[in-house]
Amino acid sequence: MNAIAFPVPRADILARRDSIVVGLAALLPPEALITSANECKAFETDAFTAYRKMPLAVVLPSSTEEVSAVLAYLSAEGVPVVPRGAGTSLCGGSTPQEDAVVVGVSRLNRVLEVDYANRFVRVQAGVTNLGISSAVDADGFFYAPDPSSQLACTIAGNIGMNSGGAHCLKYGVTTNNLMGVKAVLLDGTIVDIGGAHLDAPGLDLLGLLCGSEGQLAMVTEATVRILRKAEGARPVLFGFPSAELAGECVAAVIGAGVIPVAMEFMDRQAIAIVEDFAKAGYPLEAEALLIIEVEGSDAEMDATLARIVAIARRHGVETIRESKSAMETAAIWKGRKSAFGATGRIADYICMDGTVPTGQLAHVLKETDRIVKHYGLRVANVFHAGDGNMHPLILYNVNDPVEAAKAEAAGMDILRLCVDVGGCLTGEHGVGIEKRDLMPHQFTKVDLRQQMAVRAVFDPQWLLNPAKVFPLEGRS
Amino acid sequence: MKVYSPASEAEVVAAVRTARAAGTPLRIIGGGTRQTLGRPVSAPASLDLKRLAGITLYEPAEMVIGARAGTPLAEVEAALAASGQMLPFEPVDHRALLETAGEPTIGAVAAGNFSGPRRISAGAARDSLIGVRFVNGAGEAVKSGGRVMKNVTGLDLVKLQAGAFGTLGPLTEVIFKVLPKPEAALTLVLHGLEDTRAIAALALALTTPFEVSGAAHLPGAGGAGTLIRLEGFAHSLAYRARELTRLLAPFGAVETVEGAASAALWSGLAALAPLAGGENLAVWRLSVKPSDGPKVVAAIGESLPVAGHCYDWGGGLVWLAVPAAEDGGVFAIRAAVAASGGHATLVRAPADLRAAVPVFQPEGAALARLAEGIRRSVDPDGLFNPGLTG
Repeated sequence: MNAIAFPVPRADILARRDSIVVGLAALLPPEALITSANECKAFETDAFTAYRKMPLAVVLPSSTEEVSAVLAYLSAEGVPVVPRGAGTSLCGGSTPQEDAVVVGVSRLNRVLEVDYANRFVRVQAGVTNLGISSAVDADGFFYAPDPSSQLACTIAGNIGMNSGGAHCLKYGVTTNNLMGVKAVLLDGTIVDIGGAHLDAPGLDLLGLLCGSEGQLAMVTEATVRILRKAEGARPVLFGFPSAELAGECVAAVIGAGVIPVAMEFMDRQAIAIVEDFAKAGYPLEAEALLIIEVEGSDAEMDATLARIVAIARRHGVETIRESKSAMETAAIWKGRKSAFGATGRIADYICMDGTVPTGQLAHVLKETDRIVKHYGLRVANVFHAGDGNMHPLILYNVNDPVEAAKAEAAGMDILRLCVDVGGCLTGEHGVGIEKRDLMPHQFTKVDLRQQMAVRAVFDPQWLLNPAKVFPLEGRS
Repeated sequence: MKVYSPASEAEVVAAVRTARAAGTPLRIIGGGTRQTLGRPVSAPASLDLKRLAGITLYEPAEMVIGARAGTPLAEVEAALAASGQMLPFEPVDHRALLETAGEPTIGAVAAGNFSGPRRISAGAARDSLIGVRFVNGAGEAVKSGGRVMKNVTGLDLVKLQAGAFGTLGPLTEVIFKVLPKPEAALTLVLHGLEDTRAIAALALALTTPFEVSGAAHLPGAGGAGTLIRLEGFAHSLAYRARELTRLLAPFGAVETVEGAASAALWSGLAALAPLAGGENLAVWRLSVKPSDGPKVVAAIGESLPVAGHCYDWGGGLVWLAVPAAEDGGVFAIRAAVAASGGHATLVRAPADLRAAVPVFQPEGAALARLAEGIRRSVDPDGLFNPGLTG
């Protein structure tokens, strides 16, 4: 794929590569600096693998002070910086460019403070999402946002993208669970925003940083809220004869005042792919599947599920399968969370991430199908139904450039549709490079100019992750 | 004084352009119930948003409501209640404390990020605010966020607007995600605990799986009360109350308050009743690490006569009244809070005191520079609420 343009690499920076590397070497221990083509190759892309660019160099600092020294040096030299978490971005959020230095957080991997009485954990930014929950799991606590990539993705990346996950219907996304950060500004200045108290003073810079896709600062430490785990959790599978009925059931559950922890949707294609991989007992004959999870004591879950089952029956549910054991629960969630990976076993795919008003779900599914068929391709849908965050997986053959271009075009059509029905381009993955050129479809010139003016307060020269989020044309 | 009273976003745009051309800064007014909050604003004209009213969007099944900024909060809450829903964050009502009348507006709730007791479990106003429209200092209408609850498209200017007190331009429309009203609620009350023990009891309750949705401690003259609220389905509440009562036994006998009496405890706290009244008292709002709350209050008490205080958010939010004389306790209070890493805001004080001391917590140089840059990027001529937060 090559539809997405990058800024032309600056020849003067490429020409200074050796001296820049020498400058970085003076700031870091040898093991923190990667310059050989062989080793840099591991950083040439992220999970948006269709685009690859070799960076000028890669640095992996292990302290806030090292990050500060690196950014101060690179900004003084006028060298672009691409921050990187674990490289699991599906939208090219950490795709490098030839004249940029990648600054990765993988060596910032320590849990610094656990405070149960005040319900927070403070970690270095390279700690993985699951690593936070693991640190408090034995004591019955967890960190709520749970992106599917949680085994690998870092809290730095989660903050960069304001990541969500299956359980954010009840618990919110990253920005709702983030209490504070230590961050490094482009000029190397270290700032602390928020902390163990519940709100920060002044303008909500924490809220602004969260989801800013590495364009404003680099986060090196995070203070996040932890919650006590529910006494129990039980997912139930509901098979429906049509997507419309499943969508109406979702609306009716919410209308009845029930907020399940999660309400996940899969269409027939996705059910087949995932069941073949996870063997979780998903109903293969259903046109649409909802995984609805409730929490609480056994008696509470029984009572809440009884309400949900009654609603589902009014909406033509054909199969209901309740998890009867921890193993079954694990299998059900393994299926959902490995949906993307399982899809990757049968075809290459690109994953869209638009959000639509939940009342539009059935319409958008039908239109998605029409769009994809128009391009002669197949689609599998697996997404968070409770909040309307859709994930159509468009299947194609990466080695067929014509098909790849069609897949990309179909994806763009679907995202435009999401915006047109009142939704947005991205619910949790971020804009990155992938959706950058669609931004004018969602925002007016004035909206984008205002966002860029705020961006310029942090990075007037477009050095921090500069190829992302905002269309290359019309920048000031 | 010139007063602009726009009834549409286009009229707000026109008013801002006129004000900009004339070089006259604007005081932004909603319901007028919080005009003494912040530093005194001296602006030759005001922008009154009361006519910019009306609910623009309400989809109960999608749990989202939108309204023009000047819509009375009461109207929004009534519309939600008719469908069994509510604003999750239980907005604070400042009227009793500030001795003002009128109807608070939904726009002001967003602009001030005014969150009440349920903030401890459901997040602040800024967490529920998912979309805004506002007018910047160039007189341009700007949109950020939208009507869907998961949206990471572009920079989150919605969050910046929540708590900006209008200094980033008048909001014209706000969109919140909402929640179903709980089927039932009850409050567990512990009596007679001193502050440190009370906050420990609240911490215990908040670290159970029982989804405590309110955690407050009112020392009060008539005997201290420590309040723990449970909300949800009736079948859950009985069970959770029983389990919590058992766990809280080391802190003493637990009284269960239900129905209207339980609701009154929390609406009173959301209206800041424990701090209302009192002659010549300055009222401060402190945000601290919850377990540090009592320590901070004790430290302040060593150098100031504390006339009253109470805790919300499990101890993390402290309301504190001290004599409004001299500096209103600003140095002692900010010093005590600094030791904990939190911050303090002077919420009620005479205008001369609010003019003399920083009402909002002063920020460090780097953050202050960023905040100033952001304000200039939105409002280059300093048109909106000049001096309110400075």
